[in-house]
Amino acid sequence: MLFSADTLVPIRLTLELALVTTVLLLIVGTPLAWWLARSRAWWKEAAASVVSLPLVLPPTVLGFYLLVALGPNGPGGALASLWGARTLAFTFEGLVIGSVLYSMPFVVQPIRNAFEAMGDRPLEVAATLRASPMKAFWTVAVPLARPGFLTGAVLGFAHTVGEFGVVLMIGGNIPGETKVLSVAIYDYVETSRWSEANALAAVMVVFAFAVILSVTAIGRRLGHITE
Amino acid sequence: MKTSTLTMVAAGLATALSFGVPAQAAETNVAVAANFTEAVKEIADAFAKSTGDTAKLSFGSSGQLYTQITQGAPFQVFLSADDVRPKKAITEGFGVEGTDFTYAIGKLVLWSPDAERVKGEETLKSGGFDKIAIANPTAAPYGAAAVETMKKLGVYDALKAKIVEGNNISQAFQFVDSKNAELGFVALSQIAGREDGSQWLVPQEDYTPIRQDAVLLKTGADNEAAKAFIEFLKGPEARKIIEKYGYAVDGAQ
Amino acid sequence: MIDDQTIEAVFRGRLGGFVLDTAFTLPAHGLTALFGPSGCGKTSVLRCIAGLTRIADGLCRVGGDTWQDKTTFRPPHMRPIGYVFQEASLFPHLSVRRNLTYGAPHKSTAAGVKPAVGFEETVDLLGIGHLLDRAPAKLSGGERQRVAIGRALLSDPRLLLMDEPLSALDAETKEEILPFLERLHARLAVPILYVSHAISEVERLADHLVLMNEGKVLAAGRLGDLQSDPRLPLALSRDASVSLDATVEGHDSTYGLLELSVRGGRFLVPAPAGCSGEMRRLSIKAGDVSLSLQPSSGSTILNILPCRILSHTRRGEHEVVAVLGLGSDGMGAHLLARMTRRSWTMLHLGDGQPLFAQVKSVALR
Repeated sequence: MLFSADTLVPIRLTLELALVTTVLLLIVGTPLAWWLARSRAWWKEAAASVVSLPLVLPPTVLGFYLLVALGPNGPGGALASLWGARTLAFTFEGLVIGSVLYSMPFVVQPIRNAFEAMGDRPLEVAATLRASPMKAFWTVAVPLARPGFLTGAVLGFAHTVGEFGVVLMIGGNIPGETKVLSVAIYDYVETSRWSEANALAAVMVVFAFAVILSVTAIGRRLGHITE
Repeated sequence: MKTSTLTMVAAGLATALSFGVPAQAAETNVAVAANFTEAVKEIADAFAKSTGDTAKLSFGSSGQLYTQITQGAPFQVFLSADDVRPKKAITEGFGVEGTDFTYAIGKLVLWSPDAERVKGEETLKSGGFDKIAIANPTAAPYGAAAVETMKKLGVYDALKAKIVEGNNISQAFQFVDSKNAELGFVALSQIAGREDGSQWLVPQEDYTPIRQDAVLLKTGADNEAAKAFIEFLKGPEARKIIEKYGYAVDGAQ
Repeated sequence: MIDDQTIEAVFRGRLGGFVLDTAFTLPAHGLTALFGPSGCGKTSVLRCIAGLTRIADGLCRVGGDTWQDKTTFRPPHMRPIGYVFQEASLFPHLSVRRNLTYGAPHKSTAAGVKPAVGFEETVDLLGIGHLLDRAPAKLSGGERQRVAIGRALLSDPRLLLMDEPLSALDAETKEEILPFLERLHARLAVPILYVSHAISEVERLADHLVLMNEGKVLAAGRLGDLQSDPRLPLALSRDASVSLDATVEGHDSTYGLLELSVRGGRFLVPAPAGCSGEMRRLSIKAGDVSLSLQPSSGSTILNILPCRILSHTRRGEHEVVAVLGLGSDGMGAHLLARMTRRSWTMLHLGDGQPLFAQVKSVALR
């Protein structure tokens, strides 16, 4: 039996992690993307570059900083002490924080692009129709940027599923808690359990294919919507 | 002015080229398990001084290096972190029969950067900590040794929930050094030279010796430098360095 | 309801590489055209009034409300305006109906107050009833612009701002929309500010005119006054003409002639009958008016009116443009007449002289 409890637990955990991360990224990333798209602050591109850093940094760099930051002497430890823990490393919450940072550019960038592509005009029209900036945002900007949100959500989810280096460095390999799919595959390969590795790797290949296909399809639709 | 600059550049190039292809000295590529990094660098320096030959070092996990060797990587010597892979190399036809030997024996230590933390095996028995880091026991010998030790002391089941696994022994060390885990089983070689913290050197009888074996690969069978390096590694100068870095050496030698 | 009130707008300052220096006051009723060549700052003025562009040194008061002064700046969504952009800019994700109602006041908030124009009436006026459930992408250019106009109207504006609403459309579509705009203007009490660089639209629609060039206001006033002011470029242009607001007096059914009166004169125009007292707009080109010292009876020209020359200007080397006041006292509405300098000299014409204007052709809207 290829999909024993041993292999299913990491799959379930990975999906949970990706789902929580994606939801958080949409909540955090949307105002950020909006600000990046609309602000005229001179330091905006500097901020955008910080958000994009995980695109170029090796995961080990982020993992290393996270290990320090999540620990008892970092902000993560301070947060953890609220509920009596010492560290956020080796916890699901810690993985969520790492994944949010690591997958941030994959969510923020498409949403920002969508906000930028729609230009000022729809918002001006809304304003002249008495829509407050908040109403304009929810009734015009968000619906018009929907393909960006879809692409961002799919990429963010997929990237979190595929994340390896950061999890390896802050996870502690705890089954059901931090041992996600990519780490489990690595483990199986390291210990020469090829059949399990094969099963999980195949799942990843199929998943990655589905993601790329759906992003392409969304891209198509984006093309259609702009009249 | 211009000509003199050109001449200098030309001279520089010539030097660089001559370094690439030494007239007399031979060269060998050595694959080394990452935990032995610091020690082997010093050994390679001493080797170069005494023989004039060069050992070019590549580092990685034993597993990775072994996979690379099976895929035709240009290594002539393999210094593994275990005693399984060098034997496997021989049975699978990548190593030269009879050349495998133990160059170092790893010492397991329970360590914490907190000077008050580790008092001895009672520290494990009291369990007054949140997380204890070990290396992945299925993949890394130090991890297996850690589990063996805890089982022998009868604390494994009690501590199981507190264990966090590093993918390898250096990661287990990072977990502890970054204080995310209060303490952990690490290699003595990793804390060699560190003054801070508290440690308990696990008695050798508590776990199967962590033998680190080396083997001459078939690609190096006719390489004088490779054979010389293996000999040098067995010699007194190298053994002194190895002990300095927190390993034991085989007394049988 | 907002009669006797005014729109006051002063905007001075730099917008990118462009300097705006405008100040004008308009009556807050009827349609005022902001007219000038492309790039003269018309749209900037409109955007400043809407609050879409903020210029530091600005003043904007509409019907007694201050929208902007030294200490105040109302954001656009707090200004009771309707804005029609050059491109329809409909929300692509909403149906025509939801586009139309997007800015409409909520029923709860507008409980006692009846909006100036209702949904059915607007849809009717613009002829978009059959489009309500379509997506904007499925509309023609003209249909889209009509929906955009309706959307702005239904937000119950106290001032309607239109930024070249026809310029993105082809000639045929323009002709399709102009009648709607005329009806709008005739039926609604809402004042309209209409940006255009096409004099033909201005002649047809405007009551008042703000003439702009290079960021400055050249003149502001009643359309006819500015058209016939020889100091302004309009009177000397090749297509110079004067628009007159006329009242229908009667109809001669035997000959199919409509009788209309303007200040200081009457015109007969071939046209179907209209209601007596109805207001119609006449447009008379300077090139269609000739002058004669006698009321020549032996002429096929239908409209020969007594008038006086109020002033005259040379147009180039060989032409003269005269401003005429209708009526034997010259106190009526103004007309323009263009003639050769030779005729002017041969007839010994001069300012103040009483004579007769022969109007060859009258365009009736």
